[in-house]
Amino acid sequence: MATRDREQRHGTGEDHGHDHAQQEVPSDIALRVKALESLLIEKGLVDPAALDAIIDMYEHKVGPRNGARVVARAWSDPAYKKRLMADASAAIAEFGYTGRQGEHMVVVENTPRLHNLVVCTLCSCYPWTVLGLPPVWYKSAPYRSRAVIDPRGVLRELGLELGEDVEVRVWDSTSEMRYLVLPERPAGSEGMDEAALAELVTRDAMIGVAKLTLGKRGDRP
Amino acid sequence: MNGIHDMGGMHGMGAIEHEDREPVFHAPWEARVLALNLAMGAWHKWNIDATRHAIELIPASEYLRMSYYERWIARLVSLSLQAGLVSRAEVESGSPDAGSAKRSPALAPSAVQPMLGRGAPANRDVAVAASFKAGDKVRARNIHPIGHTRLPRYARGRLGTIARDHGVYVFPDSRAHFLGENPQHLYSVRFAARELWGEAASPRDSTYLDLWDDYLERA
Repeated sequence: MATRDREQRHGTGEDHGHDHAQQEVPSDIALRVKALESLLIEKGLVDPAALDAIIDMYEHKVGPRNGARVVARAWSDPAYKKRLMADASAAIAEFGYTGRQGEHMVVVENTPRLHNLVVCTLCSCYPWTVLGLPPVWYKSAPYRSRAVIDPRGVLRELGLELGEDVEVRVWDSTSEMRYLVLPERPAGSEGMDEAALAELVTRDAMIGVAKLTLGKRGDRP
Repeated sequence: MNGIHDMGGMHGMGAIEHEDREPVFHAPWEARVLALNLAMGAWHKWNIDATRHAIELIPASEYLRMSYYERWIARLVSLSLQAGLVSRAEVESGSPDAGSAKRSPALAPSAVQPMLGRGAPANRDVAVAASFKAGDKVRARNIHPIGHTRLPRYARGRLGTIARDHGVYVFPDSRAHFLGENPQHLYSVRFAARELWGEAASPRDSTYLDLWDDYLERA
């Protein structure tokens, strides 16, 4: 069984292949988590309202729109781009995007000749402050195992064919440095302002598994 | 440790399954697990390296069977037991042991944003000599520690070039085991794809890893 099927099955508590079936009976795992949460609340170890606040943060406030704004500004403002490439943590903090899993940022720039791709082979390191929580495929064994040994094959599988004349750099996130790819600005976007440009930027392009084009979202977000 | 988590370069893991319009969480319990892990971290009984090691200690067959957030449940339970925040009997029964003291204060809702916005920087403002500088040729040590390490197997023994000195950072191999921070220089090291994977790899391509002084020797 493929990894994502497995994740989804656990995810929905659904064992019979109806992907979008409404969950009526809580799964074993949902009950187990409920029991653990109740125990920790009873012991005074967690406040459920704080849990709600954490979830709200990552469901609604921190996500790839943050990174898209950073990218759009780098495209629009050469002085900002210079700061971003020299000290990404400080330049990203200008937007107020700071903190957990984005404490130490590095931006790597894609060009027609150079393609950067980010992975964490050892776990799931990902720049939360600018991209939010990582998608399942990024955390999955197929991506983690193959991104370093066969980056071109991985990109092809995800719909991006690179020429032999393009250099590929893979960034394996083995420390607390977090990597954000600055994608190439799409052709035809010359007249667009920063807000419109940010709309073009996808999560996948900022991981380095997609290129951006006008009118077609690279990442099917 | 040479665990299943260290999977860079492995074959046989299947196709990459990209999900269109993927939700942040696939079920409400996943969100609760994420939040429980972050909120419990606020007791400062462990650190990020210890959390990674706790996942690495999940037996390989279990690791591959579990979904991502199932691993996070296993990790939270094992760290909480180890830190004495809960007992085995409490985890099994779901109720506090008779006579156990109630803790306080738990992470407050108003403290969530400041905590997440601050994060936990791993750089340290201490004077430590750097063994290498940009441009130096290095070899990743051929070491196989049984504890936590961030030196993947695929790079061990391989020749690389220091691309950049990030500065002084906490050493995960020490902190994961609560043996102190052992801060030292961390470098971005470039390895040619052919050095890592042989002649079948593209001559242009490379992989960059962030590696600490203790992982490297002069080549």
